[in-house]
Amino acid sequence: MTDTDRTERPAGLLARLDESDLWWSFRHSPTVIVAALTTLVMFAAAIFAPWIAPHDPFDLSQVNLLDALLPPMWEEGGMAAFPLGTDDQGRDMLSTIIYGARISLFVGFASVALAMVIGVAVGLVSGYAGGWVDTVLMRIADVQLSFPAILIALLIDGVARGLLPRGSHDALAFYVLVTAIGLSFWVQYARTVRGSVLVERRKEYVLAAQVTGLPSLTILVRHILPNVTGPVLVIATIQLALAIITEATLSFLGVGIPPTSPSLGTLIRIGNDFLFSGEWWITIFPGAALVILVLAVNILGDWLRDALNPKLR
Amino acid sequence: MTRLLDISGLSVEFPSRRGTVTAARDITLSVAPGEILGVVGESGAGKSTIGAAVMGLLEPPGRVSGGEVHLDGQRIDTLPEGDKRRIRGRRIGMIFQDPLTSLNPLETIEDQLVTTMLTHLDLSEAEARARAVELIDQVGIPEPAKRVKNYPHQFSGGMRQRAVIALALCAEPEVVIADEPTTALDVSIQAQILELMRRLVRDRDVGMILITHDMGVIAETADRVAVMYRGSVVEEGPTDKILLNPDHAYTQSLIAAVPRPDRRMDRFPLVDYSGEGAAPRAAFDVKTHWLGQARDFAAAHEGPLVAVENLTMAFHVGGMLSGRHETFTAVDDLSLDIRDGEVFGLVGESGSGKSTVARLLTGIYRPVSGRVVFAGVDLTAIGSRREMNRYRRQMQMIFQDPYSSVNPRMRVSDIVAEPIRFHRLASSNAEARRIVEDLLEHVGLGAAAAKKYPHEFSGGQRQRISIARALATRPRFLICDEPTSALDVSIQAQILNLLKDLQEELGLTMLFISHDLPVIRQMCDRVGVMKGGRLMELAETETLFEAPQNDYTRHLLALMPKIYAEEAGEGGGAAALDA
Amino acid sequence: MILFILRRLAESVFVMLAVALIAFTLFRFVGDPINNLVGQDTSLEEREQLKEDLGLNDPVIVQFARFVGDAARGDFGYSYQMRLPVKQLIAERFPATMELSMTSALIALFVGIPMGVYTALRRRSLIARSFMTASLMGVSLPTFLIGILLILIFGVQLRWLPTFGRGQVVDLGWWTTGFLTLSGLKALIMPAITLAIFQMTLIVRLVRAEMLEVMRSDYVKFARARGLKPRVINFSIALKNTLVPVITIIGLQVGSIIAFAIITESVFQWPGLGLLFIQAISEVDIPVMAAYLMLISFIFVLINLAVDLLYLVIDPRLRGETA
Repeated sequence: MTDTDRTERPAGLLARLDESDLWWSFRHSPTVIVAALTTLVMFAAAIFAPWIAPHDPFDLSQVNLLDALLPPMWEEGGMAAFPLGTDDQGRDMLSTIIYGARISLFVGFASVALAMVIGVAVGLVSGYAGGWVDTVLMRIADVQLSFPAILIALLIDGVARGLLPRGSHDALAFYVLVTAIGLSFWVQYARTVRGSVLVERRKEYVLAAQVTGLPSLTILVRHILPNVTGPVLVIATIQLALAIITEATLSFLGVGIPPTSPSLGTLIRIGNDFLFSGEWWITIFPGAALVILVLAVNILGDWLRDALNPKLR
Repeated sequence: MTRLLDISGLSVEFPSRRGTVTAARDITLSVAPGEILGVVGESGAGKSTIGAAVMGLLEPPGRVSGGEVHLDGQRIDTLPEGDKRRIRGRRIGMIFQDPLTSLNPLETIEDQLVTTMLTHLDLSEAEARARAVELIDQVGIPEPAKRVKNYPHQFSGGMRQRAVIALALCAEPEVVIADEPTTALDVSIQAQILELMRRLVRDRDVGMILITHDMGVIAETADRVAVMYRGSVVEEGPTDKILLNPDHAYTQSLIAAVPRPDRRMDRFPLVDYSGEGAAPRAAFDVKTHWLGQARDFAAAHEGPLVAVENLTMAFHVGGMLSGRHETFTAVDDLSLDIRDGEVFGLVGESGSGKSTVARLLTGIYRPVSGRVVFAGVDLTAIGSRREMNRYRRQMQMIFQDPYSSVNPRMRVSDIVAEPIRFHRLASSNAEARRIVEDLLEHVGLGAAAAKKYPHEFSGGQRQRISIARALATRPRFLICDEPTSALDVSIQAQILNLLKDLQEELGLTMLFISHDLPVIRQMCDRVGVMKGGRLMELAETETLFEAPQNDYTRHLLALMPKIYAEEAGEGGGAAALDA
Repeated sequence: MILFILRRLAESVFVMLAVALIAFTLFRFVGDPINNLVGQDTSLEEREQLKEDLGLNDPVIVQFARFVGDAARGDFGYSYQMRLPVKQLIAERFPATMELSMTSALIALFVGIPMGVYTALRRRSLIARSFMTASLMGVSLPTFLIGILLILIFGVQLRWLPTFGRGQVVDLGWWTTGFLTLSGLKALIMPAITLAIFQMTLIVRLVRAEMLEVMRSDYVKFARARGLKPRVINFSIALKNTLVPVITIIGLQVGSIIAFAIITESVFQWPGLGLLFIQAISEVDIPVMAAYLMLISFIFVLINLAVDLLYLVIDPRLRGETA
């Protein structure tokens, strides 16, 4: 018995966006705005790295061993040319961090995208087809879910190492890592999408489409898919943060991105050796960059989840 | 007469970022011991808000913005929270709508009763346990000593509501507020619960406020009635007077919109009080209008349009791994005919199989055995999708829940155009668009609705969108599966009128499925009564209602609310009038 | 109900076999076992002989069966890198990881759950909000970074706690424990906290979200309408209903602590299974990898089984009695 009166709303997309609760809660939350700006800045820096970074840390001609182990510029012995100091090879920290963030972000996005594609496809099929297809797929998902993603990622990484010829590890590390993390994250999408599909399937607009005679695939893609995107988006933002952390962890452990084009995690690992001898900046700055990036993504994810949750309004 | 609960000038508002919504305005009501005050209104009227406000349980940011509430002479709305808590349960009890979610699933009924009693009454635990058994017995649950130790999930819906009533009464309150207590229950259970509540009110001399949208419940149960509309009480008085001789225009329109169970009328009388009604529908000539054209009924057929022969449908319960393997027979050897141009009604309670029949007719389910013959063609024998689609064009369906029957992510124009595009009934996009706009006009929404999204419309309007979509393929057979059960009474009247008009104009054959007997009487030519998947009785409408042959039919008819009781000596609330 | 237990047991066995299959595939087909066992100048005939002796020419099914049989007895052959029986390596390191994981799990549960409950009940209080901010930080800090920071502050700057190793351990039969010595306990503190933080923040957020949901439910509304005391409503009713759905996930988290131990052990040079596994990965030491995999999945399956059985006890709806 819910025949409430609804006032008319403007029909255009922009107008609807402006009126929406999402935008309102965004505007009224200073932390979220700061987080969004930070993320934007880091994304931009990462994308435009070659133009923004003061030096190219991978151009061997630019790197001079004599510049090694310089402290940040506000400390004694630091130079303005290297604002955050240099590492043991003489590479500028600021530049390596910018490039490192770039790699971390690329791996993060690519692996989440992979997980999303696999997970959403599996979830759609599993939820709509039902029967033994559903049972088999969900069993696989259950088995995989009983292991933490990091273990799975490690395993895939290890297997890849075993399978690929020794010399090519470094070059292919990026792809191996993306695959490893992507394959360990798909399950959550599948589960959630399947749940949503099961709910939507019972709805009467699906029934109406069936009565009209539309084939199952059309119904799945045109009717059901648009209605299950909400939770997928929320999971994606949460997983982006997790993916970045996982990549950093794997790199730190030495089984991720190699030092030839290091990610933030690799940088932290390299710097760890110098922590006790006093050159703290080689670890701490990449560490800080990592934390800021993940924090910003997490804040955005939290906000998105709360804003999209109809029950909290 | 002493007034137990006295509400005067109560106002409740909900401040929000879009402005303040006044949910209740200047409400004045009172209840005496041993009497049942009904509060009736459609959704959004503010009835539940009153209940919550009296109990001090308004969800924030809701708050009382004016007025007073007195219990037995003492003012209670300004008490501190601790005192308010002591009143809840002990002096005012409350019953909610859904018995399944009202009970803590992890505790036995006994524990829930005992905890409540020990909080308010000075009893030892042993005494409380003994009293719990008594209460369960008083609310009519058999084997009380054994069942009191059960968990909520071990009870059926009706039993659970009885347990809820026991819980609301266990601390011996003087007033009970019941918010839609029977809405979630089947018709036969509903009658039992209402009877129970009447008896308890009488025996314990409590005052009850019964909040509901259902006029039938009011007629059967309430001594006095307050009618609410958009936050205000528009009329109040003894039930007899309000039902038979209302003063206020809104009350009049509300009563008029309730489907009469006693005789069939041409149309539902509409006093369009809310102004939400449809855009005026232009008269049209079916022979020249698009809707009446090219409905390839070339193949003349003999016999009824739809013939169902020995249809049986069973479902498997429990999958491979759950260890349960039962079959549930939803439809059992069903046979019936639906003739050209008639409106055939299928009535039954939930679980009777009526919706399954609809799905079998449209080919969504394949029957275990039996045939469905449409215009002489055996649909159940068709294998190819393409061939089936030819017949799918000719039958369409509208559904019960207006909020899930249209895809919230699609524009109205796309929703209505989809069948047109799929069956290639229009030669171009422009033509499709024109057809859609025409259809929207025809169902009373107006062509401007095409660009909007479903969430911009109310429930009744969304149902019109569904109807437009169903008409888009120019079907000759329309199945209506509880199309108005989820709508307010006045909106229901509008939609049913629309369906009547369309059926006449277009010569549609209709299968009208409902659990609501008065609606069936108003809409249908012939009726089939279903129970447990079987057809219990099939007859012309008037025959069925005046001279039922089957016991179950008689049972259902007896449960109909007697708002216009012409039956002499049948008892029940309202007196006869309006011959 | 017996049926349910039996079914769960069967499923557990199924999962273990699936994992065994993966481990076996790793073992047998990734890299060449023969190459890893012998030197470069071993002749071809000797290699063939070795293959025959090790049973590598038998049908795959037979090899798999043999693998499962060996695994059940804990025999995984020899580590490629260290030339020692894998069984021995694992036995040596198992106590270290278990003590670390158990301590962390206890910290995560006994701090996390109350924190989650508190932030749900007193949503707007200052303490609750700072807890939430702290949990946001906790989720954003990768475990290894937390470890590094703790080492920097408490180990290097303040010199209160040791920065690596397990301290002094005491032998108890086959087990070695660090609980009984002061240096052992001191060495445990930082790794345990590091490991606990990530899981703890997840638990806090989970419990909070679930509890807020429960507080909005109809039965809580009805309980309020009956005038029950707030403490009864919050703890006796709401908390119990919150924990029931949350237990599975918490079980999973506790399990994953064991896996996350890998990271902590690396940072703190804690001589446990995790460190062993990481070394095995970089050296492609397949037998160790396979053994670790089987062991961890066994522990997981056990935990999952325990959680499911726990459900039977606490949720009356699962006991299968009909209405």
